[in-house]
Amino acid sequence: MADYLLIASREPFEESDVIDYYALAAALAKEGTTTLFLVQNGVLPARPCAQASRLTQLAAAGIHVLADEFSLRERGIRADRLAPGVAPAPLDVVVEHLAAGTKVLWH
Amino acid sequence: MNEKKELTFVIMDAPYESARTTTAFRLLDAAVRRGFDVNVFAYEGAVGLPSVRQAPHANAVHGRDVVEEDHPNPKDAVTALIEAAHKRGSRLDWVQCGLCVDERGVSEWVAGPRRGSPADLVTFVARSDNVLVIPTR
Repeated sequence: MADYLLIASREPFEESDVIDYYALAAALAKEGTTTLFLVQNGVLPARPCAQASRLTQLAAAGIHVLADEFSLRERGIRADRLAPGVAPAPLDVVVEHLAAGTKVLWH
Repeated sequence: MNEKKELTFVIMDAPYESARTTTAFRLLDAAVRRGFDVNVFAYEGAVGLPSVRQAPHANAVHGRDVVEEDHPNPKDAVTALIEAAHKRGSRLDWVQCGLCVDERGVSEWVAGPRRGSPADLVTFVARSDNVLVIPTR
């Protein structure tokens, strides 16, 4: 069973294909351990907002939803006010997954 | 003792264009700090990242001279990463796609990067523990 790390650098307010990327994460979670790592503008839906529930639903489905701490700070998003199920994390998580042989995809 | 890991990063964004470049540098830094051997295959606009012709500038709007502005240039990040890898006994092998270099006329680089081709990328992929492609749109 493969492990997957999906890096989401875009946000769904401007680009609707991000929703498809979330759906891919949900599908992969049925086959293996899956992490969705939000970075750059990808962290925007982790705020309390209309799109936040999508991330909460992914977390409820067993996906580890992480938000890059640096990207959060850049955008003035408080790490203690993220959507339920989303946790702040350092970018080092990506390198750790790469070293562990996780299948990593960038969007 | 753990076997040393080798990671490859494929980047294509031109300097000063996208947050992806900043994230790519941060990922390279994280890999280097772990003592991993790192390969970079830079193609399309990313071959401009180590260009030695980059120059810091002042900021007249904010009234800052060139020293006060302290404008970061990506060529300095490339140099710092290569030096950091060397200090840790690791290797950061930065390959510039030769065709991309010729198209753009950016053939003068800081010390470290070397000219190559997609054949180098094939070698990197075959040899590495993992590969991350950071594409533009």
